[in-house]
Amino acid sequence: MKPAKRIIEKHPLAIRWFHWVNFPVLAIMIWSGLLIYWANDVYRLGWGNTTLIKFFPQSLYDTLHVPFRLSTGMAFHFFFMWFFFLNGLLYVLYTIISGEWRLLLPNRHSFKEAWLVVLHDLHIRKSAPPQLKYNAAQRIAYCAIVVMGAGSLITGLAIYKPIQFGWLCALCGGYEFARILHFTLTIGYVLFFLLHVSQVILAGWNNFQAMVTGFEVEKYIAPEVAAAVPVAPPSSSEIPVNVALEPTASDSSPAGIPSPENPEP
Amino acid sequence: MSQNNDSRKRTVEQQIQRRTLISFSIFIVFIICGTVLFFRLYNEPQDKGGVQPTLRTALNTNEKIFRNAYSEAHEAKAYTVADAVPKPRVNGSYGMDGTLDTATWRMKVARNPGDTLYVTLADLQALPKTEVIFDFKCIEGWSQVTRWAGVRFSDFIEKYHLQPQTSMKYAGLITPDKAYYVGIDMPSMLHDQTLLCYEMNGKPLPQNQGYPLRLIIPVKYGVKHIKRIGVLYFSNERPPDYWAEQGYDYYTGL
Repeated sequence: MKPAKRIIEKHPLAIRWFHWVNFPVLAIMIWSGLLIYWANDVYRLGWGNTTLIKFFPQSLYDTLHVPFRLSTGMAFHFFFMWFFFLNGLLYVLYTIISGEWRLLLPNRHSFKEAWLVVLHDLHIRKSAPPQLKYNAAQRIAYCAIVVMGAGSLITGLAIYKPIQFGWLCALCGGYEFARILHFTLTIGYVLFFLLHVSQVILAGWNNFQAMVTGFEVEKYIAPEVAAAVPVAPPSSSEIPVNVALEPTASDSSPAGIPSPENPEP
Repeated sequence: MSQNNDSRKRTVEQQIQRRTLISFSIFIVFIICGTVLFFRLYNEPQDKGGVQPTLRTALNTNEKIFRNAYSEAHEAKAYTVADAVPKPRVNGSYGMDGTLDTATWRMKVARNPGDTLYVTLADLQALPKTEVIFDFKCIEGWSQVTRWAGVRFSDFIEKYHLQPQTSMKYAGLITPDKAYYVGIDMPSMLHDQTLLCYEMNGKPLPQNQGYPLRLIIPVKYGVKHIKRIGVLYFSNERPPDYWAEQGYDYYTGL
């Protein structure tokens, strides 16, 4: 028997807009930040005279056409910072007001569970812990990225106006340390991006397209067959996942049938 | 009401197709619009401001917004003599080509059209001396704790009765050869830590640091700390500014 399909609502429209606005804006902020950083590119990873990684190799600068564009970098950075700030602010307000934060904020089990998720993703462990919209590792990662965004705004303001916001600059450990933090957060975004994109690729099309359409398509065993299977009540304690069936289907709804496979990455 | 399994499947299938089509259409339009907007901005013809006019507007708007945060009470953090580097970094020698006849040097202060005041180094040294030790910040991104001394600009204004001039919005400063020039908003000029500076680390300014007189203005990036001052004037319009013409922010307030 062919499995039937149903629509599982996943990402609200607002979240999808925030996500896809943030992506190019953050890319512009990183690019223009690189143009600025080039003018005083003093950071490296290493000790003594040993340098493991120099930020950044000349080849990268040449490829991205970076040198001698400080003024361009500053002009773009100080324009697009507003979009980064407003989009981030609206996102945070939306998650708070909509209640979406409940699906996002790590709880007391998350840190232990995140480890199990990592083991599962690395194929060391067979099963992943049960989850709602996001697994524990996602909760931690997606919250961390919001905190990092706030950190970029705070350290950015501390570098931008170190005298008028002297208290903020002091809070960030001083002008030079604030610049280091600002830079490190950016490296963090790049690492997050690499991990995020690889996870999205691994999770597959259905998961990816949900960030555009808002829903995932789930295949399930038709009711006639499923009726024989004991039915669990709809996901209990927290926010239930919305299941959209054909609008006219009012009876013998299979809404409570648990998914046979884990739909999340 | 159809309970037929096939028709239900088709209907859900249609829903999926319809929503996918709409969402991806909007998504693609969004990508195209975003890309077009970005490259229109990126390729906007630059006028003499050295930067895309839209970005210049943004920089000027930022100035308006962040001027609200400016206060005379906000001072650059003070350091001790021991914190100051012995040999401050030298960056930029625009306007300092050739030698200056220091014996005949005077700072020309354009009080009013046709009314110029000439001030010698000795005149300035006769005024109360103020020392500032602060973290000098270059627009390139580096900073250094440096030690300077000279006449507080506001003391100079008071002594020479230039208060009417400082009711104007900007001060302009130019090197004697007119090759380097800055414009600075008056509140920043009148800040307590702004100096007409003739000493570095307790000694007369070195030639490469702008002997005989330079500006030290901790509330601005280094680009505004003009070396070898030739002319000082006042204006309600923005005076020409060397780096602003190269596409940098005019205000560059810290």
